[in-house]
Amino acid sequence: MTFSGEFLAFMGLALVAIIGGVLLLNLSKVIHMVVALIFTFIAIAGIYVLLSAEFVAVVQILIYSGAITIIMLFGIMLTKHNDDSEPKTGRLRKLLLFLGVVGFAFAVYIGIYNFNIEQVPTKLHENNTLQIGQALYSKYIIPFELTSVLLLVALVGSIILAKNDKKKEADEE
Amino acid sequence: MSSVPASAFLALALILFCIGLYGALTKKNTVIVLISIELMLNAVNINLVTFSKYGITPSITGQIFALFAISVAAAEAAVGLAILIALYRNKKTVDIDEMDTMKH
Repeated sequence: MTFSGEFLAFMGLALVAIIGGVLLLNLSKVIHMVVALIFTFIAIAGIYVLLSAEFVAVVQILIYSGAITIIMLFGIMLTKHNDDSEPKTGRLRKLLLFLGVVGFAFAVYIGIYNFNIEQVPTKLHENNTLQIGQALYSKYIIPFELTSVLLLVALVGSIILAKNDKKKEADEE
Repeated sequence: MSSVPASAFLALALILFCIGLYGALTKKNTVIVLISIELMLNAVNINLVTFSKYGITPSITGQIFALFAISVAAAEAAVGLAILIALYRNKKTVDIDEMDTMKH
């Protein structure tokens, strides 16, 4: 394994992503946790660029580090978030969960650590957005339209769920 | 061709998935649990994009699947947060251990 620029970029981005995740687990204030996770999301976008998926990287920055993080910050600010500490969870339960997760990670790592199939030259990095657009509008047109229906349903559903039922209360009075 | 092996990307995705899993199982604030689930979905997306480049037959399909997964994850976050707000209005708490009315 040579220390090329790609390798160094991968190591840096992976380090930032993992540090963001560890900070998510260890910080005490919830706002700080979400802000730490922004670093992870942006580093993952960099990983996508290394994997010659530029369009997915831009979408990642727009949706994750833009929209979802802001939505989560709204959710934190609209609710009570004064729990600086979280002791009540039993120490034994945390330890058992940690061991379980580590066991899961080890089991999967055995499966992937020497995964190496022959690399085939790809053309994914040439006109990436054009390729995605062509595939999306020819081969995957029905899932694409279904996704738009799903987003509409989610929009209407979340508005109905979160809306204050003032009218009903007024009727009852 | 590329100096970073595919297993390195898979290992990174595995680590992020495990961090998300641990966070989703241990955190008490529901918003943090939701965002841990987003982290897990993100790790899966890394796998999809990795196999779209390093798989046996590289193609654009993996990236398109990742895009669909991202949009579904966004819808899920919005609906989950709306449910959280509705729950908060009724129970005045975001502690996930206290949302146990269906348990009793």
